Amino acid sequence: MAKVIVDVVLKDEILDSQGDAISRALPRMGFTFSPTSVRQGKSFIITLDHEPSRDELGEIEKAAATLLSNPVIESFSIRVEH
Amino acid sequence: MRVGVVTFPGTLDDHDAARAVRFAGGEAISLWHGDSDLQGVAGVILPGGFSYGDYLRCGAIARFSPIMSAIIPAAENGLPVLGICNGFQVLCESHLLPGALTRNSELHFLCRDQEIEIVNNESDWTSDFSNGQRIIIPLKNGEGSFQCDDRTLNELEGNNRVIARYVGINPNGSRNSIAGITNARGNVVGVMPHPEHAIDSLTGPTADGLAFFTSLMKTRV
Repeated sequence: MAKVIVDVVLKDEILDSQGDAISRALPRMGFTFSPTSVRQGKSFIITLDHEPSRDELGEIEKAAATLLSNPVIESFSIRVEH
Repeated sequence: MRVGVVTFPGTLDDHDAARAVRFAGGEAISLWHGDSDLQGVAGVILPGGFSYGDYLRCGAIARFSPIMSAIIPAAENGLPVLGICNGFQVLCESHLLPGALTRNSELHFLCRDQEIEIVNNESDWTSDFSNGQRIIIPLKNGEGSFQCDDRTLNELEGNNRVIARYVGINPNGSRNSIAGITNARGNVVGVMPHPEHAIDSLTGPTADGLAFFTSLMKTRV
């Protein structure tokens, strides 16, 4: 069994109003680590009952680039957990 | 003129869009998301709402529906298509229009009568306006902030592809206060505020929105 995790985040140049709101909320709650920015994204956890083959990872990458992310505003990364 | 109005699961404004078509003198033809037959319509409207619950991203699932797989090639061949609000999001996800609509900059869902200025009256859906005409139509969305990279923005501005801008305070953080854009050919238009809710002063703030629909009648006669 393996988990293929696709992380999707807004590109740096795209305004992330949710991330900005979180960034402003942190000091209000007393956290003192003062981030320069917070970016909010989403994760897709795809579970397989086998180790993904190179072809299957290629397909997942294609799905990530067409359906799971919008390449106009988002970038993605893929990692496999065993 | 037969004008198709698409209904996806979660579409809200298809009835108002169909009414707007009838007010403009056309015949509204209902197009179902699961069909791929355009029934010979001379134009298509993608109305507002929350297609497929806005799951994943607004418009992302609708893009892959059977009706969109018929509309996308037809639009590339010149069929007039107007996407309003969620329909605009579907057009961006379909890559018929560039850019994307993201969360309003203040994160609030906005619902108000909004003044916009028509800045290009050469598209199939804006030809019945005059350039610089200011109109008031409802704006109601949570993800209406038009975003794109600098190169795309320059291309839109340089080629007169912005069709409308917000007047006064930019309500949602859209780049250059963009409220609507068109493709290079002028047949595909996306607009975030809702002209179909403002076609008759009895039921809307104004009747200013009607000209989007009469534009199509005028263009295609």
